[in-house]
Order: sequence, then C-alpha cells, then structure tokens
Amino acid sequence: MVGNHAVAYAVKQAKPQVLAVYPITPQTTMLEKLASYAASGELNAKLIKVESEHSAMASIYGAAIAGARVFTATSSQGLLYMTEVIYWAGGQRVPIVAGIATRAVGSPWSIWDDHQDFVSKRDAIWIQMMAENVQDAYDMTLQAFKISEDKRVILPVMMGFDGFVLTHTMERLNTLDDASVGSFIPERDFNIIDFDKPIGIGPIATQDNYIKYRYKAMQAMERSKEVIEEVSKEYSTLSGREQHGLIEFYKCDDADYIIVAMGAWAGDARVAVDELRSKGIKIGLAKLRVVRPFPKEKLMQVKDRKALIVLDRAYSYGSGGILATEVKASLYNANIPIYSVIGGIGGKELGKNEIIGVVEKLLSGKLESEVWLL
Amino acid sequence: MTNIDELAEELPISKPNIGSSGKTGTWRVEKPIIDLDACKKCDICILDCVENTIDKRSDGYPVIDYDYCKGCGVCSTVCPVKAIKMVAEVKM
Amino acid sequence: MNFLKGNAACPGCPIPKELDAILDVYGKKTVIVVPASCSTVIMGDTVLGMPSPVNVVHSPFAAAASIASGLSAAMKFRKDDANILVWAGDGSTSDIGFAAVSGAAERNEDITYVCYDNEAYMNTGIQRSSLTPYGAWTTTTPSHKHEFKKPLPLIIAMHNVPYVATASISYLADFKAKFSKAKSMKGFRYIHLLSPCPPGWKFDAGLTMNIGKLAVETGMWPLYEIENGVFKLSSISKPYIDKAKRKPLEEYLRLQDRFSGLSSEELANMQAYIDEMWNYIAKVNDSKLTP
Repeated sequence: MVGNHAVAYAVKQAKPQVLAVYPITPQTTMLEKLASYAASGELNAKLIKVESEHSAMASIYGAAIAGARVFTATSSQGLLYMTEVIYWAGGQRVPIVAGIATRAVGSPWSIWDDHQDFVSKRDAIWIQMMAENVQDAYDMTLQAFKISEDKRVILPVMMGFDGFVLTHTMERLNTLDDASVGSFIPERDFNIIDFDKPIGIGPIATQDNYIKYRYKAMQAMERSKEVIEEVSKEYSTLSGREQHGLIEFYKCDDADYIIVAMGAWAGDARVAVDELRSKGIKIGLAKLRVVRPFPKEKLMQVKDRKALIVLDRAYSYGSGGILATEVKASLYNANIPIYSVIGGIGGKELGKNEIIGVVEKLLSGKLESEVWLL
Repeated sequence: MTNIDELAEELPISKPNIGSSGKTGTWRVEKPIIDLDACKKCDICILDCVENTIDKRSDGYPVIDYDYCKGCGVCSTVCPVKAIKMVAEVKM
Repeated sequence: MNFLKGNAACPGCPIPKELDAILDVYGKKTVIVVPASCSTVIMGDTVLGMPSPVNVVHSPFAAAASIASGLSAAMKFRKDDANILVWAGDGSTSDIGFAAVSGAAERNEDITYVCYDNEAYMNTGIQRSSLTPYGAWTTTTPSHKHEFKKPLPLIIAMHNVPYVATASISYLADFKAKFSKAKSMKGFRYIHLLSPCPPGWKFDAGLTMNIGKLAVETGMWPLYEIENGVFKLSSISKPYIDKAKRKPLEEYLRLQDRFSGLSSEELANMQAYIDEMWNYIAKVNDSKLTP
C-alpha cells in the first residue's frame, strides 16, 4: 500500500467515531480513502467535511471531549493554520491522534518533503512519533491511539510520515487483522461531558494555577516514555515485528560513529550503515522513533563514541538543526563531537550516497560542525 | 461512563459555583432599597434583575441578596411604581 | 435554570439574564461552547468556579462553531439528545470566526448558534467589529464608524438553514418562544440577540432593559424569524412597518454616549438606513428569501 492508504487503513481498524479532515497535498489521498471507507460503511464514523484545518482540529477536539475516538491529518500550511487549536488540545490534555504528512512550509511555496511543519509543534504538549517506512506509519498509527488514551498519559499524539516519500510510495505492508487491533486498542474511556456533573472545560486559569497544570502536563509527558516502551513491546509481540520503543539502535553496539536520524531517511541511513560496515567502518544508526518526549535517557547509550552525526530535515534559524540542538543538549556531559547535517530541505533529494559522503568527509577530518547539503 | 472524578485534578476545568467572581456586592456604589409599602408585588424587578439577586419571599415580596447585588439600578428603573430607590453606599 | 450570581459580568450586563432565560428553555442537557469574549471572563476560572449550571466548553476565538460541530457528532454516537449551543459574541461570529460559522451553517450542523451582539469587541475594551452600527464611537472608530452593520441574520439565512431569528431580552416572552421553537428543531438554528452593553455603549447601567426596548421601538432592531427561508416579522415588530409608529431614532441615540456628537449628515444616514431596512422588510415579509 502507499503510505496514505496504510495510515487510512490503520485508522479504520482503530474504529474512530468522528473524523474531520481538510485536504492538503500530500495528505489528500488519505482523506479520500477515509471518505470512501465512511461512505461505504466500512468505517462507522462521521466524517465532518470542515472548511479549514483550524476547524478540523477544533471539530475533533469537541468530539474527543465528549467521548468519541477521533482522527485528523494534515501537512505544512494546514498544520500551521491549526496551530492555535493544537496548543489548545495539548494544554487541555485530550486524547487525539493526528497523522502529519510532512511537507516544507512557504514562503516560497513547496509541496515537497521536509520536517519543518512537524517539528514546529514540539512545544505544544503533543507526543510526536515519526515513521521510517510505510510499515512504521501503519504500526505507529495503531500504537498512537493506545498511547494517547492511556490513563497515565492522556495526551494527543501526532504521527509524522514523510510527504510523497512515504505518503505516495508503495511498499510491502503487513497488517494486523481487525480482531487483533480490537484487542490491542481497548474501548475508549475518556469522556468529560457529564450532564449530572457539569464542568467548564478550559476556563481561565489564574496566575498561581496555570503553571500547576503545565507542570502536570510535563509530568504526563515524562510518564509517557514508559508507556510508549510498554505499548511498543506489546505491539512487537502481537505483530511479530520488533518496534524498538523510543529509539532503535541499529548496529550500534560496537560502533565508533553513530548517525542519529528520524523519518524516512533513517531508512537511507540504514542502507548507508550497511554499506559502510561492509567497508569495515564501525558505524551505527540511532533511529529516533519518538521525538516528543525526547528520549534523552535512552540516547545516553551512544555517549561513549568517537562522534555522532545528526541528520536534520528542519532548522531553527539563528540557532541550529532542531535534532542536533536537542541531541547536543542531552549529551552535554558526554563531551563527544556532534556533527550537524542539514539536508533534504524543501524536498531536496537525499539518499544513502549523500550520507556516505558525509561520513567519509568525517573520517577524513574535513567535516564542518554544521554542514548544509545544498 | 464519564471520567470527571478521576480527571478533575489533572485537567484544567472549573465547577459551578455561586460567587465565581467573589462577593460582587462589594462592587456597589449605589444600593437598591425597596419600599415594601409602595411595592405592588408585580414581580417585574425579580424577572428583570440581570443578576438573579432578587428572590421572591414566601409572603410574595421581593428580597435583594446584597452579598451579590452589583447595584446596577435596573430594578429601580423598571419598577412601575418607583418603589425602589438607589441610595449611595458611601456618604460623601 | 439559574445562572449563578456573583459572576464577573459588569453591573447591568444582560448576559447573565440572557443565559438564564436560554437555560430555562434548553435545560440541563445542554453544552454551551464559549469562544473568546466577555463570556469567557464571566464564566469564571479554575479556582473560584463558574456561574454556569451546565457544561461549558471554552473555545479559541475562531473555533466555536467547529467545536460545536464535533460535540454534536459525538453526541449522536452516544445516542444522547443533548443540546449543543454556541454562545458567541459579535466579534467571533461576524469576524474572526465567520468562516467556521458559515461552514457549520452550510453543513446544516445540528446546533443552536446564538450570537449575543453587543456591537463591538467589548472584552478587549470596545473596539469595532463588523456588527458595530454606523455612527458608533469605539476606540478604533473614535470619529464614529462609517460602515453599516453586516446583515448577519440574513447572510446566515441565505445558507438555507432551517431557522434564523432575532430577539431581545427586553421582550422575554418572545425571546423564550423563539428558543422553544429552536429547541424543537433539528439542523443549524441561529438566534441573534441585541445585547446592550453599559460600558461599551456608554449608558447608565440601570437602563439596559429600556435600551433594548427602544432599539425595537425605533425600528433599529427588528424582531423577526426566517423559518425554512420564509421571512416572518414577529408580532412585536409588526407595527413598526408603519414609519409613523416607529419612535424617533433620537430617543434611542441620546441615551448612549457612543452616539454623541453625530453630524446632521451622519444622523441622516442612520435614519435612511432604518427606513431602507424597513422598506426591505415590508417587501419580504411572509415571502421566501432563499431561491
């Protein structure tokens, strides 16, 4: 299946009740698939054909607090447009799952893949997971529903997968049967609209109070690390496919150098690692499956290495690569060289050869601390 | 099945309460005083009070809850027999 | 149902009374969606609680109609016949949230949308909205606004929704009758209230109910319904088709300082606006507006 259809299929199996999706390249074919599922009755859900992304997130927020399992998907401009409501959902602690087909943001216009849109939401109190391939996109969507509704968590989750590279690429996909999904994701138990116990949801919080709610949210985000690992283990057993929890360490045990990456090009990095290994270079890949919460404890496993290369498909202008900055912060005390590679921005083609090129430059001592692959 | 009880502490919510802005009676600059002799028990002040602070006593006369009456003067304006006077709270 | 006293509404503000009257009709199985507005503040905080006796869902400024759409969909799944009611100001309805309102109306979402129109962005300190009337002072129109009020009820009616009405808390029986009718219907119901604001319109707080009455009696605020596209002037407003029966506009304007200092040209324009509006009403009354 193509990525978009794989995610739509997972969503269908999760049995949401209310969807609201607004079309945007490259997510559109997912919406169309969901619409056809809803029309045929395969998916017993109300698909609200909202008039904007802002309304898409708002509608599913409303449905979610009243007990419905919900889903939306968007990209780029749409994700930015709904930002206000994304923060609202995060701050109010509502279990919601959103699929983000990552795409560069304007200006200038680009419909092609990078991670700017996705990472711009990293402060909004949402759990963020990123898929490496179509299989991941399917698997992670199912796990996302379970994680977000876990009583120890109660946070919205976004599952990012690269636009066009995954959304429109056909790859082999192993799915779970409906009964397995049904037993994996328990019936939704989150509903705060009670006519006998009326409440105000999201009112003004006084200066003394607001910070306490944010503190609780921080604690929930920390607790979610354990829940994500648990759900990952359970899913691994159920599917027979090892999910690897927060980070997958590929050939890292004896590695001198480690590439840190998230998203589809982790797959390219994987191939690069294999090729470099065959040339005798002791290199590995730390694939971040989850970027929020940032798995800094687990990342410590790579601290005693000669160097790290962090691949970034998004940049904080005036600061540095997004992941590079977070990796450096996590490994501050480890005192190892960390190289930041900025590439793939605006959909620029980047594959294993470019990654191998970077590693070879590092080995020859010519790699700058931050390099842009123009 | 709703989860208010287990989640009330964790999520930012509020519950119904009288005096959600405190004892709003302290806002008053002028206080409405009802002359019960003039009062015809027509209930217009009770119905028109925008704050729900005038109740009907068992004997039919209106009684103002001065803890919460904001002193807006609507009752005084709408009383058809001018039985409600607005009196300054503080004597200058 | 009692909207609880001791809330943050300004003295003389009709909002607590309007909500009280609505909940009397709608009852406890109601969820009120409140976007950013005076009502956000009136609804209290996490510590001291809220004056609403029913569930309130707070909403970002532009999102109320959409949140209500989602709530409505969820209630259908729960097989709960709850009333989903949006309680939004003129700013949210006519300006920043307009797209969402139009979208919800177009989809005929099963919600009651109430716009309480205090004719400016009052919560942020009296800035003009597209529903501020011609001639009004606001902080952003200090030399008086020169655009006319956006005819929102008519715009919503042209979306082919089942029910549109204008109402005023100064006419309680008519107010409650319209909400009763709306409650019994399905689909997108829109009720537009003229909600006089003492600090924003600059009138003595005790005059709220009188101002509401004068708005209707001068013809400035016609009370009507548009049911399935058919325009129906409410009985209270029927006399005012006859210009002679309309009270002089002056009686409404002189009580509100926001209308002080108008030039004779501005006054003439305001009078012409009322006359034209009533010519239009006379023409369309009892006929179908929507094609």
